[in-house]
Amino acid sequence: MGTPVDVVVTTAGRESHTRIVATLIRLTGDWDLAEDCAQEALALALERWPAEGVPNNPGGWLMTVARNRAIDALRRANLERRKLSELASLPLDPPAPAHDDRLRLIFTCCHPALSLEARVALTLRTVAGMPTADIARAFLVTESTMTRRLTRAKDKIAQARIPYRVPSGAALNERLPSVFAVLYLLFSRGYDADGEPAFADEAIRLTRLLARLMSDSEVDALLALFLLQHSRRAARRDADGNLLTLAEQDRARWDLDAITEALRILPSTDGPYALQARIAACHVAEKTDWTRIAELYDQLATVVPSPVVLLNRAVAHGYAQSPATGLAMLESARVGGGLDGYPLALAAEADMTARAGDRWRAVSLYEQAAAVAPSPAEQQALLRRATELSLNGGG
Amino acid sequence: MKYMMFVCTDTEPETDESLVPDINTWVDENDRAGRRVTGNQLVPPSSATTVRVRGGELLLTDGPFAETKEVIVGFDILECADLDEAIEVARTHSMAHAGRIELRPFHQD
Repeated sequence: MGTPVDVVVTTAGRESHTRIVATLIRLTGDWDLAEDCAQEALALALERWPAEGVPNNPGGWLMTVARNRAIDALRRANLERRKLSELASLPLDPPAPAHDDRLRLIFTCCHPALSLEARVALTLRTVAGMPTADIARAFLVTESTMTRRLTRAKDKIAQARIPYRVPSGAALNERLPSVFAVLYLLFSRGYDADGEPAFADEAIRLTRLLARLMSDSEVDALLALFLLQHSRRAARRDADGNLLTLAEQDRARWDLDAITEALRILPSTDGPYALQARIAACHVAEKTDWTRIAELYDQLATVVPSPVVLLNRAVAHGYAQSPATGLAMLESARVGGGLDGYPLALAAEADMTARAGDRWRAVSLYEQAAAVAPSPAEQQALLRRATELSLNGGG
Repeated sequence: MKYMMFVCTDTEPETDESLVPDINTWVDENDRAGRRVTGNQLVPPSSATTVRVRGGELLLTDGPFAETKEVIVGFDILECADLDEAIEVARTHSMAHAGRIELRPFHQD
């Protein structure tokens, strides 16, 4: 009792949006129609529920209204009978098959034949139901540019006939990275110092949905990884908004529920996200086991030998063994130029140089890192460390 | 659904030739399965002729429409259920490895 009707509508709408849109796309093949009908059902709920009361099954009510709107629209457009009869036979309370539709929707929105930016925009708009204006603002483009991007993506799906289907067998494994890339970009966008925090929540919500819809250890691992990183969101800055390192953070402000959930679902497999999630789990432990972290990075480096992984591996060995070992590994990670101008590589070198005893060189490295830092918050955090080091030797 | 497959060269082809599949096998398999409607190789763009008519006057140019590093060296027309099937067909073409392939759906009314 006591929950305002508009809150009930918003919650029911949020929960059933993906299901309604996903089902209507399958039945009508019309993405815009599906979104419009879901939207209209929500508007009607806001109009009716305050006077008539909230129905027993709000999601079922919304699905029925949306489906009826779709039937009306198709009837008006005089489309073929087959689609209409399929629509009319749709059960009132959508049971299990709707799950497949949501998964179909995710895989279609994340099809690798679409550009990554189109995939991200389409996923936010269609799967998450985020307003186009909000997506446009987060990606620093005008609403009309974002509308065009979404239209182009939907046109390509229709014209090139990208199938509305969950890939099976070997194709599923081939296509999952394309879904992960979207979720990862979304999460990073929310996690970055100057990012949109709502995007991290949205990435977690979508990954949780994916984990519910399919059984794959890398999906669970990705969710665990997001939860572990997100658990520190309230502790990442001090009262003045300065970014804090892990060691400086107040652990009491970490989100214990998120950590507990992450540790519960953490898989013991050796996929790239499983390894990263286990590393993240080491970082939230009471005492940081650097030897274990270094081992996990050794393993990760064989699966994903990217410059950033090699950098983190060097840092881990810099703690597990000695700063000199870490510096030597950083040197070899730099071969190929993948870390050139990367502020975190300079910051890591500065940290290890300071611990190796060369304080003034470390100060200069922190200043160089600050000069190339992508955001003012990160720049200030690096300059602060340079100052601390030059004043008192960094403790 | 028909797809035009533009078969093109690429500046960074597969370096390990043992990984490049045999083109004759590809043609035979897809002809037999009814997925390849037609297709052929083209002579180099140096033998191309560009045709334009402006104000009723015929203008001929020796050579291709635009000079690019990647050139179309052949084409195939595929009949496939959807893009995923067309991608599966294209990935086993030798030039997906030794060059690149562009898939373009036919216009639908």
